[in-house]
Amino acid sequence: MNMPAKASDTRDIDIQGSCLTEALTETWKTPPGIWGALTTVDHKIIGRRYIFTAFVFLVLGGVLAVLMRIQLAQPEARLLGPDRYNQIFTMHGANMMFLFAVPVMEAVAVYLVPLMVGTRNIAFPRLNAFSYWIYLAGGALLWIAFALDMGPDVGWFAYVPLSGPQYAAGKRADIWAQMITFTEVSALAVAVEMVVTVFKQRAPGMTLDRIPVFVWAMLVTSFLIIMAMPAIMVASTSLILDRLVGTHFFNPAEGGDVLLWQHLFWFFGHPEVYIIFLPAAGMVSTMIEPFARRPAFGYLGLVMALIATGILAFGLWVHHMFVAGLPRLGESFFTASSMAIAIPAGIQIFCWLATLWDGRPVFKTPLLFIIGFFVTFVIGGLTGVMVASVPFDTQVHDTYFVVAHFHYVLVGGAVFPLLGAIHYWFPKLTGRMMSETLGQWSFWLIITGFNATFFPMHILGLEGMPRRIYTYQPDLPWHALNVFASLSSIVLTAGFLVFFINVIRSAWAGDVASDNPWDAATLEWATSSPPPSFNFAMIPVVNSLHPLWDCRDALAVAKGLRTDRRELVVTSLNTAEPQAREASPRNSIWPLLTAIATSIMLIWSIFTPWAVVWGSIPIAIALIGWFWPKGTPEDEA
Amino acid sequence: MRERIVLDLRKLPLHGMGTQSATWWGTLAFMLIEGTGFALAIAVYLYLMSLATTWPIDAPPPDLLPGTLVTLILLVSLVPNILISRWAEQQDLRKVRIGLVVMSILGIAPLIVRVFEFPALRISWDTNAYGSVVWLLLGLHTTHIITDLADTLVLAALMFTRHAQNARRFGDVQDNAMYWNFVVAAWLPIYGCIYWLARL
Repeated sequence: MNMPAKASDTRDIDIQGSCLTEALTETWKTPPGIWGALTTVDHKIIGRRYIFTAFVFLVLGGVLAVLMRIQLAQPEARLLGPDRYNQIFTMHGANMMFLFAVPVMEAVAVYLVPLMVGTRNIAFPRLNAFSYWIYLAGGALLWIAFALDMGPDVGWFAYVPLSGPQYAAGKRADIWAQMITFTEVSALAVAVEMVVTVFKQRAPGMTLDRIPVFVWAMLVTSFLIIMAMPAIMVASTSLILDRLVGTHFFNPAEGGDVLLWQHLFWFFGHPEVYIIFLPAAGMVSTMIEPFARRPAFGYLGLVMALIATGILAFGLWVHHMFVAGLPRLGESFFTASSMAIAIPAGIQIFCWLATLWDGRPVFKTPLLFIIGFFVTFVIGGLTGVMVASVPFDTQVHDTYFVVAHFHYVLVGGAVFPLLGAIHYWFPKLTGRMMSETLGQWSFWLIITGFNATFFPMHILGLEGMPRRIYTYQPDLPWHALNVFASLSSIVLTAGFLVFFINVIRSAWAGDVASDNPWDAATLEWATSSPPPSFNFAMIPVVNSLHPLWDCRDALAVAKGLRTDRRELVVTSLNTAEPQAREASPRNSIWPLLTAIATSIMLIWSIFTPWAVVWGSIPIAIALIGWFWPKGTPEDEA
Repeated sequence: MRERIVLDLRKLPLHGMGTQSATWWGTLAFMLIEGTGFALAIAVYLYLMSLATTWPIDAPPPDLLPGTLVTLILLVSLVPNILISRWAEQQDLRKVRIGLVVMSILGIAPLIVRVFEFPALRISWDTNAYGSVVWLLLGLHTTHIITDLADTLVLAALMFTRHAQNARRFGDVQDNAMYWNFVVAAWLPIYGCIYWLARL
């Protein structure tokens, strides 16, 4: 319905220059101080917070990794006992997957996607604030439990019956299961925001074929999250029920089944790998353009590869269960699909190589990390094709060969592009450039340290060294390579140290960045560094895939939005035709209160099922407070 | 960067209805999440059923009466639910208010019958895996009804206040109606599983 504008409203066209900026700042600002920090719904503040928190968890998980390397450097070491070691490798895996890798990719997207599609805030900004608080609470739950010697000790996949009521007394496995609930709720919330932001808030004219590849990657990733994460929530909920109220989902004595757990876990767990990898691939496709000085080769192929990977991701889970004794025919199918996924990965690699081949590469730190990613990820991909074969997998299953393989694909495939992305988008996040010298140092230390630490693990695996052992005997032939890996991990740690020093130093004293320091083509570079609270004083209008390269004289924009109401443009799904001047919610304390109420309910329910009944009441009250109209201009329609 | 104005947005409405609205798409995304969850819970049922030598395990099939009664109430509720969505589209506040009161009652009614549905399963959740999975399915769907009922009650209260006469609120009513359709649609395969697969 077309509502007439009220006489009192103010429009951007009626005011000019600094007055416009002032009016928008007043409407969109986050007040300084603690209250502003707790109530903000600005996607940039929440995105930065998310990224920072995820990197804190990376450091914590890294410390655990170093402890394991020290322990394994010599046979029969006594630094860690078996119980502590079980907790440490479980914490390392669970922390890196659930508290670092998935959240950090979503965090970068929370910051960047609204800017890249040319809108003023993410869709459902209060849900976004809620998702961060829930994520923080889940992370705190896991690490506080660990500090109290209650850390989970059943592996990051918590296989039953080890994690079931019979073998895992106490609350350690429940802490793992409920940490899953926290992180999945937050990931699902961000996925919904991301889908709706990309579907409905793209700048006018940003048709489907003008969406930056990183945004495509986040769209596909969000659908993967939406389809995969319910599986782990069904699994972890059934596990808690088995442990708390005596259900028998995983108890073979009463008609349950332990392999059911593995099916549910890996139906989530394999897409999880692509939930981490696809955003990284999108980052590479986007970052490679300014450093190759040409558009990415094969836009359609890159986008189709992302979608194909997303679909194939759901047909691979059984390859994690090749030694579980499943029917042969099933194994053959999953071998074929596991090998097939190398095709879209290969298409992307060749597109990137073609981009560099035909471009005029500028070897700055982000591009170095991209090249490091090619090499490392391809090695990981090749060992992936190897373990897709059932006879080979049977040989190396549960050995260090698998440890080497997945660190190559996860660190090489996701962390390297992420580090490149931090260097690349740092000026937009902070308004300052990172040091190129320190960047190069950190790159060479990390790539050398990483390969020297993890390559020997392939050989250790072939020599039969099993995963998850806290020590080994001196007569086994594993000592030399373990010492080598442990010493190399010092180089890797030094590389990360240089990276963090660079981040902190540059945030304080780096060179001041211009709006578009890399001469990039996507919309986030059309606004100031860092962007104002409203992102764009006027919403950009897009005519091409590379708006900043194709119109160098001036940015095409739209006029006519109100300045006294948080207003953004909703556009049609395919053609991005403007449909409405939609309101975007104001700051609110209710998302935090809802997150606190939810956290209390979830943690309480580890101890009694009645928590779900009584704990839901404060959540319902908080949600009513969240959604009840407050009579602000945003509630006018 | 210099700016060149090429588009005028002044005439656009303050809120888009239906597929134009972000909330509509958000509701759809949440339905996809929950639909996946239900599909997986049904997959767990079928998986456990495929492993068991007899099904149901050591229990008679559930009594048909309460579950079928819930199904009938839910199916009947679709009529006012579809009507309320139309009235919301026409922004007819008086009819929407009546419709929300009716839908609140039709949200409470299946919950009352459901109280009798749990004992009609004729097995406890902690007897065996069959008991566990039927309680899981019924529990999940009960949560589903409670969630939407709470949403309907709050919305009904809201539509009797000064905030009601507003395009966005009518959009909320439509989205709530769409969600209730989903609550009913999700029940049908669960009903088939719990009551009829156990009788095969």
